[in-house]
Amino acid sequence: MLSKKEKELIAEIWQKLLPVAEDIGSDALLRMFSAYPGTKTYFSHLDISARSPHLLSHGKKIVMAIAEGAQDISQLAVSLGPLQTLHAYQLRILPSNFKLFSHCMLVTLACHMGDNFTPVAHAAMDKYLSAFAAMLALKYR
Amino acid sequence: MVEWTDFERATIQDIFSKMNYEEVGPAALARCLVVYPWTQRYFGNFGNLYNAAAIAMNPLVAKHGVTILRGLDRGMQNMDNMKETYSDLSVLHSEKLHVDPDNFRLLSDCLTIVLAAKMGNAFTGDVQAAFQKFLSVVVSSLGRQYH
Repeated sequence: MLSKKEKELIAEIWQKLLPVAEDIGSDALLRMFSAYPGTKTYFSHLDISARSPHLLSHGKKIVMAIAEGAQDISQLAVSLGPLQTLHAYQLRILPSNFKLFSHCMLVTLACHMGDNFTPVAHAAMDKYLSAFAAMLALKYR
Repeated sequence: MVEWTDFERATIQDIFSKMNYEEVGPAALARCLVVYPWTQRYFGNFGNLYNAAAIAMNPLVAKHGVTILRGLDRGMQNMDNMKETYSDLSVLHSEKLHVDPDNFRLLSDCLTIVLAAKMGNAFTGDVQAAFQKFLSVVVSSLGRQYH
């Protein structure tokens, strides 16, 4: 469960990251591909090498969706509707991979924010990303 | 038998040689207790774990954090023999402490994040993968003697 303070903290963090959405998103994806090579199987149709246009634009897309959701977490079910359908019927990514990506996103945030990624911020972010992932997988079955 | 590449060995040795155990150990354990509060169930006699600030200042948490890092150091010194290295600790955590081995993974994730925050951009995807592989072998060895 996210407290009011945690929701505000999460919204604030993502607001600040919007200008570097591309870098954050592509960094998290690259980490995931290194640490969990099985995840690359979903990207055989794209060039996912470092700094490739595909990787940057895809990373940006993901971060924008996460940041948008963070601005009003109580409305996630509504704001994620289209993405839920996309993931359930078209992309069909194994939901356990959302956990792997979330972990790599947390690592990226830690690298980027250093000491500002306090245990409290980490806890809030982990909860938010888990909720986001669960919402994304809701239409799978 | 785990196969380690030269890059992985060098990376692990390098990380540990530069690590301040007295700082990283306590930070990782404290973070685990905050991010995954159910792990506090194993530390009932540690005193005040009421909130993040209390956990960060708790001397028993700090002391245990260092103990954990020293345990990881043993694994780093015996990377080709981790199963035997951790066999006694595995029995301890299973038979005496009754720790659900899935929690080891949670602590590993927190340690990875603490390291990432310290190393910044030097903690590249490849370094992360090597470190996570090391930790997963430790976690697996610690779970070996559970029956």
